[in-house]
Amino acid sequence: MRAADAIIKALEKEGVKHIFGIPGGAIIEVYDALFDSGIKHILTRHEQAAVHAADGYARASGKVGVAFATSGPGATNTVTGIATAYMDSSPIVVMTGQVARSLIGNDAFQEADITGITMPVTKHNYLVTDENELLKTIKEAFHIAGTGRPGPVLIDLPKDVTTAEVEFDYPEKITLPGYRPKYRGHPRQIKKAAELIMKAERPVILAGGGVILSNASEELTKLAETIPAYVATSLMGKGAIPETHPLSLGFIGMHGTKYANYAVQESDLLIAIGIRFSDRTTGRVSDFAPDAKIIHIDIDPAEIGKNIEIDVPIVGDAKLILQELITNITYRKRKEWEDRVEGWKKSYPLRYRKDDEKIKPQYVIEKIWELQPDAIITTEVGQNQMWAAQYFKVKRPRQFITSGGLGTMGFGFPAAMGAKTAFPEKQVVDIAGDGSFLMNVQELATCVDYGINVKVAVLNNMFLGMVRQWQELFYDERYSATCLRCKEMSIEKIAEGFGAVGMTVEKPSEVEDALKEAFEIDAPVVIDFRVDRLENVYPMVPAGAALHEVIDEEV
Amino acid sequence: MRHTIAVLVEDRPGVLARVAGLFRRRGFNIESLAVGITEKHGVSRMTIVVSGDDRTIEQVTKQLNKLIEVIKVSDVSKNSVERELALVKVSATPQSRAEIIEIANIFRARIVDVARDSLIVEVTGDEDKISAFIDLMKQYGIKEVTRTGKIAMQRGSKALE
Ligand SMILES: Cc1ncc(C[n+]2csc(CCOP(=O)(O)OP(=O)(O)O)c2C)c(N)n1
Repeated sequence: MRAADAIIKALEKEGVKHIFGIPGGAIIEVYDALFDSGIKHILTRHEQAAVHAADGYARASGKVGVAFATSGPGATNTVTGIATAYMDSSPIVVMTGQVARSLIGNDAFQEADITGITMPVTKHNYLVTDENELLKTIKEAFHIAGTGRPGPVLIDLPKDVTTAEVEFDYPEKITLPGYRPKYRGHPRQIKKAAELIMKAERPVILAGGGVILSNASEELTKLAETIPAYVATSLMGKGAIPETHPLSLGFIGMHGTKYANYAVQESDLLIAIGIRFSDRTTGRVSDFAPDAKIIHIDIDPAEIGKNIEIDVPIVGDAKLILQELITNITYRKRKEWEDRVEGWKKSYPLRYRKDDEKIKPQYVIEKIWELQPDAIITTEVGQNQMWAAQYFKVKRPRQFITSGGLGTMGFGFPAAMGAKTAFPEKQVVDIAGDGSFLMNVQELATCVDYGINVKVAVLNNMFLGMVRQWQELFYDERYSATCLRCKEMSIEKIAEGFGAVGMTVEKPSEVEDALKEAFEIDAPVVIDFRVDRLENVYPMVPAGAALHEVIDEEV
Repeated sequence: MRHTIAVLVEDRPGVLARVAGLFRRRGFNIESLAVGITEKHGVSRMTIVVSGDDRTIEQVTKQLNKLIEVIKVSDVSKNSVERELALVKVSATPQSRAEIIEIANIFRARIVDVARDSLIVEVTGDEDKISAFIDLMKQYGIKEVTRTGKIAMQRGSKALE
């Protein structure tokens, strides 16, 4: 059969239901094969958005997301999306067209060395040079993307490979001698961890995105209750434990809650699970949790000891390890510590200055949460992202989708498209900044085209807000290139121009009604909230400071 | 500290770029890298000399292990046989020629090419020996040197697989 048809058949075998992408000459054959397939293809307007959509689909559903692009510019446009998925360990498979084998290396029309370009930002990648390797490659790609520490895998397909004749003999088994993820934790290490936990007076759990990726949320919550220990999460770990749970401290780090930061700093034992200790999470490393012994559970051995010295490393799958760890632990109340943390929670709640005139961005998010606590939330990057992380109390894993590692503006909207494609019956809301929204605004066309009825709440401050905040605080208010000067721009009209519904909201009193209306409408809706332009995100741990060295605002 | 690391990899296109790229991207300092096939079909062996403290070496090892095509990583710095090969093209006059050949003999080096006013000498050994030889050749005027980079194998019957 034609290799292109075999590719589509292989994808069907892998259970792929949706593909996001844009065709072109080099991948036209695969698109031709797709024409007769039951797989639904969603034609995005930019390849970056196709990859973000596949990523959002993967993060929301836990399944491998798939994106297609043609060679050259199509392929290079995928790079930001791939790097975003790589940094957050999101399982996606990206297939790109490539010029014919005989032309590779000749600077042919629309040729780009995409496997070379994406080597540092993929878990693995392939250039298929032999059609007989094609099906094995696809099988391996899905396996690698979705197992162990998940991540993006790219397959580059020369045009003449896609037109070749192959036999459809899809391998059942995989032989990858160098790839053997370890799932079971070492029993002796688990014992050691349990002993440390039983001895600890001020235990804190620090949960990251790995908990969500391994579907270990239930186990995490059970562990926290069994010890008992408070749980702080990284940004990527939001939802690992319901944020309304009495033991939840919310997220830690640069804009985390004060009580999470304080609790981690004063803990005598940190149980870190599926977290990679990014600089945004730890603050100044030399002063991070100075009194704590640290247990680190992670499926990727390279994460252990990379940024922080570890006392008890446990390599393996969080879910399996927690299941075992729990059986080795009994409940012991630590009254003094509990009082201390509860005291911090009372003294330092998240708060902002209320206002009747100007719309406070935090207020908008609180309202979204009140009206749609079950919605899947995606975010852009900047202040909008941090406010969303602070004020949207996430109930469950895979509910909060954000670009944590790469911090990619323009991620949230296409990711929302992907999440909505996976869960059409759920409300999906992208919490956006005006700067970020414009980075993939063209996808409104895709949403309208396919009836992907996501909602976008633009917290419009007419600034690249987060950068402006840094300029205000650390650069003498020299607002170099952060004012978007867009008084004339109408986001409402932009939305309408694409055939979506647009709204503009200028008063706090109108926020709730506008949101209610938007949630009722069965169409993509973009609401332009004209928020207080100079609002800042607090609390804030400045870059390079220790976690307890927090700047806050008088309220 | 310098470490010698042996890496068994699947012999697939791009694997060298993947390994070298990893070192550059993560800021590890490669001092030398030698690659060749092994006794097993489809498996190559890289010998990488890298400098760094224990933590860096641990990261190097772990990051290498993450690469899909890497089958085995092993630190062979201790208790191993280490060899390098160098070709040295050295100026030789009728007067100096005999002296050079004599030194070469002491080093168990071989003359592999003779021209009117130069010689190419092939020398193998550990790094110090080769450096010492090159040092001695300097007085005659070195025209060109090429070294392979180190290869290493641990003593005893245990094998890396
Ligand atoms: C693609 C990309 N370019 C630049 C940045 C740097 N950056 C981080 S936050 C930010 C401002 C974001 O502005 P906006 O989307 O309006 O959100 P706000 O901070 O105002 O909520 C910028 C430019 C980035 N994160 N991503």
